[in-house]
Formats: sequence, structure tokens, C-alpha cells
Amino acid sequence: MAHHLFLPLIVPLLSASVATIIVRQHGWVRVIAVAATLFNLGYGAWLLVTIAATGRQVTQAAGWSAPFGITLVADGLSAIMLVLTALLTLVTIGYSFATVDARQERFYYYPLLLLLLFGCSGAFLTGDLFNLYVWFEILLVASFGLITLGGSRGQLEGGLKYVVLNLFGSICFLVGAGLLYGVAGTLNMAHLAERLSTIQDASLVTAVAGFFLVAFGSKAGLAPLFFWLPTSYHTPNIAVTALFGGLLTKVGIYALYRVFGTVFQSELARLAPLILVVAGVTMVVGVIGAMAQVNVRRILAFHIVSQVGYMAMGLGLVSVAGMTAGILFMAHNIVVKTALFLIGGAAEHLTGTGELKQMGGMARREPMLALLWLLASFALVGVPPLTGFFGKLGLIQAGLAQEQWLIVGVAATVSLFTLFSMLKIWNEVFWKKAYSDLSAMPRAGVGLLAPAAVLVAVSIAMGIGAAPTLEYSALAAEQVFDTASLVRDVCGPNGCEAVELAVGH
Amino acid sequence: MTLILSLVVGTLFAGGIYLMLRRSVVKLILGLVLLSHGANLLLFLMGDGLIKARPPFVKPEAGVAPPDSADPLIQALILTAIVISFGLLTFVMALAYRADQAVESDDLDAMTSTDRL
Repeated sequence: MAHHLFLPLIVPLLSASVATIIVRQHGWVRVIAVAATLFNLGYGAWLLVTIAATGRQVTQAAGWSAPFGITLVADGLSAIMLVLTALLTLVTIGYSFATVDARQERFYYYPLLLLLLFGCSGAFLTGDLFNLYVWFEILLVASFGLITLGGSRGQLEGGLKYVVLNLFGSICFLVGAGLLYGVAGTLNMAHLAERLSTIQDASLVTAVAGFFLVAFGSKAGLAPLFFWLPTSYHTPNIAVTALFGGLLTKVGIYALYRVFGTVFQSELARLAPLILVVAGVTMVVGVIGAMAQVNVRRILAFHIVSQVGYMAMGLGLVSVAGMTAGILFMAHNIVVKTALFLIGGAAEHLTGTGELKQMGGMARREPMLALLWLLASFALVGVPPLTGFFGKLGLIQAGLAQEQWLIVGVAATVSLFTLFSMLKIWNEVFWKKAYSDLSAMPRAGVGLLAPAAVLVAVSIAMGIGAAPTLEYSALAAEQVFDTASLVRDVCGPNGCEAVELAVGH
Repeated sequence: MTLILSLVVGTLFAGGIYLMLRRSVVKLILGLVLLSHGANLLLFLMGDGLIKARPPFVKPEAGVAPPDSADPLIQALILTAIVISFGLLTFVMALAYRADQAVESDDLDAMTSTDRL
């Protein structure tokens, strides 16, 4: 029993509660936020090492044996996501010191960030489908608060669409979970994996899987369910945009990997062609949408959609190689996307506008910022030896090995268009001459540069240390697909069915 | 009873989606309300059939619930889902009210300033 799995949930929850009570003491709230996030980061790093050494970590709440109680399971994928979530939250908090005004801090900005960390960590650790629904709602509530914090007209309009479409996705999730309980009689993921492999009436299971595909697809931003994303992500604080852009859609992808890789394994093979088509359409639509945009954050928001397509491709290939590349690409994208939002956002913060036409001259004025942008955008496009290269290489290799020529062609072509958009921002924001006199513009201080620099450094380190990163992704992918060992770890050597029979259901 | 509830769930989903497709924000929210009610009732249907007057209470002397009692898990799930949807819908209503004030219209087609180039 690994009871320590509750720590990354309890610490953010308690610190969010305390921070809510003393919200007017800004200094202390900041200290609490940083301390809690640092704890989760350290814990996540420790968990990464522990899982590599001893395998999956499992605990049952209050000692109720699975499949009856609340199960927490951490495997390689959970640990990767946990660490990256804490890293992003920490970096975002650092960036917020320089960019978020005192009024918003008073309206529970940091407590909401901590609740978001709480919800995401829970979603990554849970071993139960209904609990996953609850964790999703927790992180959604926190994100609703953050995206509308400030209350400008754009935030209210974008926020309304964000909220309504996400609620619709949640209802689909709930319906899917309910139907699945009706079909299988359990919602514990290990138990489900065990039972679904023996169920006769597969057509109903396919319908249920469809509900989950819609629910997670809408949260991940897959075509044609992504419309809430580009309409809302450019409206809130830059720090909030950066955190959401890096993290939230990937929680949807994580859920897709987990639920389809582990629970619906037989359905995954059946739905794979559909997932690949959706992945390809998502890549193309996102990148074309970005080409039409003339605002830094809106371009980047459309690119989130495009890159979510690559991650869905990793799932649609239905192989350990595909999933490995998908996980690696997701880890890379979480870091780099947030870095790009932070850098583009810093330029926007300094000039006071995100419209490309009114910007310019930043390369001469802020050479450090320009250098960071260049590194991060090359990483996004996939220039070796930066991280994006290995993720895309892995996906394309896995695709070629399985003779999925079409999706490989689309993935490679979309990369070129990504380069086009990144160069567009580079030319307009950094390279071209400034129209106005920039000498009155404030300088980018450490508060704006350091958070992005940390993320770029992490991205470079992940690229240079590609071999261990890839190895860990492979371990995580194998654990996702390995239901036999999951059942053993969660319910004991005889499986969940035996536990239930022993109790005498 | 199962048939009646199935029809009710179907009607709630149909009505909810119809309302969500209207242009008014208020109708959109009412549609969400109907959808979440439909989802909760659907969960209810997914227990071990609908069982009347057999609450899943454990008698202390017996130690286990009577064999033909209702499924307690599904009731716990519905309770959780009701609480969550209650909280979220309250938030949506407050948000819609503020959006209505900012845009001075409850027509969704008037709320396109973040989509336009």
C-alpha cells in the first residue's frame, strides 16, 4: 500500500483552503502557493524514480479493498503528468508575480490555481472512472473561475462558451460512465478491464466507448469539438492562458490514453480508424486556423488544437511504439507550448497589445526574449536536437511501421505549416522594425524572462537527454497497455472478480 | 417503470438539445439543466433494475444488506452528480447574467467579439 499517493492531493487542497482564508495577505498567499507547488514537484520527481525502480504504486482509501473502495493508482504516465503539472503551475505562479494585479489576487487567483493543481493531480492518480469524472469537475470549476477572473467582455463571452461546451462534454462523460456501470457493473478501471474482456454484447460497449470519445475529445480539443478553445483561450490573463494552453487539453488526452489504452482495449482496435481520421483532421484544421489569425495568443491557441491531433495519432496507432511517441510528444508539448505562451505573452505585456500589426522591433529591444522564442518555436516545429523532433520522429516511425501512410503524410506536412506560423510571429513581433518609438516601453525583467527560460531549459534538457526520456515514455506506454499487471497490482493475484466473489455479492 | 423512465430520459435529452440549439442564453442554460437531469435519471436506470420500497439499508443483526435491495452505489453516484451539476449550473447562471450585462443582449449571435478576426 502506497499511502503517500494521497499527499499530492492533500497538500494542494489544504494550502488552497488556507490561502482562501488569508487571501488578503498577498505575501503569505504567494509563499503558500509556491510551497505547495514545490512539494508536488518534488513528490512527482520522487514518484518518477520510484515507479521506474519498483513499478506501479497503488493505494486504497481507508483500506477498503478494490474494487469496492476508492483506488489511487500511479504508473509512469501518471508520474510524468504529475511532475509536468507541478512544474507548469510553479512556473505560472512565478510569472503571475510580475503580471497579475493585486485586485485579481484578492479575488482568489492563487487559491484557484492550487485547486486546479489539486484537480489535475487527482485526475492523473485515480483508478476509478467515476472518480475521474469528479476530478474533471474539480479542475473545470477551478478553470471556470480562472478564465473569467477579471470580467472583461471578451472573457465573459469566451468564458460562457468554454463553460457550456465543457459542461456538455461532462454530461457525455456522466452518461458514458452510467451506461458502462449498467453494462459491466463496476467503475474501477482494473475491474472494468478484467470484465470488459469477457463481455458478450460488444455493440453496447462500442456505443459507451463512443460517449467517452466525445467527452474526452471535447475536453482535449479534437476536431470537430474544439470550438470552445480558440474562442476563449486568448481572453484571460497571460499566465492563465499559458497554464491552460499547456495543461488542460492534455488532461483530456491523458484520459483518452488511460481509458482507451486500459479499459476499452478491444474497442480501441475497432475505433482506431476513426481516431486516426479525427487526429488528421484536427492537425490540419488547427494549423490552417492558425494561419488566418493575426494575434499572437490566438495563433498559439489554434496550434494547441493542431498538436492535440498528433497526440491522438499516438493513440490511434494502437501500439506501444505509437503510445510511447504520443506520451513523449505530449510531455514535450506541455512544456514548449506554455513556454511559447509565456514568451509571446511577455511581448504582449510589454507592448500592450497582441495584434501582430501593432508589434515589432522586439528582437533589438529584448534580445533575450527573442532568443527564447526562437528556441521554443524550433522545439515546437521539431528541429533536432530539441524535444519536438523526437516526439514527431517517433510518431512518424510508428506510423510507417504500421503502414499508415496517410496520417504520416499529414503529420509531416502539418509540421511545415507550423513552421510558417512560428516564423510569422517571429517576423512580425521580433524581426520587423517597430512602427512606434519603443524607448518608452518597459524592459522585460527577470520576472517575465525567468519562467519561460526555465521551461526552455527543461525542453532542451529533454531533447539532449532524449534516450532516458524515450525509455521512460516506453515504460509508461507499456504500463498503460498492460492490464494483466494492473489487475494484479490493484486487486491482488486472483483478480478483482475473485475479490468480489469472496465477499459474496 | 423502466419503460416510462426510458421515455422520460429520451424526452429530457431531446428537449435539452433542442433548447441548447436556440440562440437565447437563457434557453441554452435551461437546455443544460434538462440534459443533466436526463443524465441523472439515466444513471438511476443503470442500477440492478428499479426496485420499489427496498432501500439498501444493512440490518445490524444480519450484517449484510437484504439480497433484493436497491443498488446503493448508483444512488451515491447520482447524489454526487446532482451536487456537481447544481454547483456548476449556478456558476453558469451567474456567468450568463454578467455576460448579459456586458453585451446587453442575451442573443448568442451577439457574442462573437472573441471569434472575429
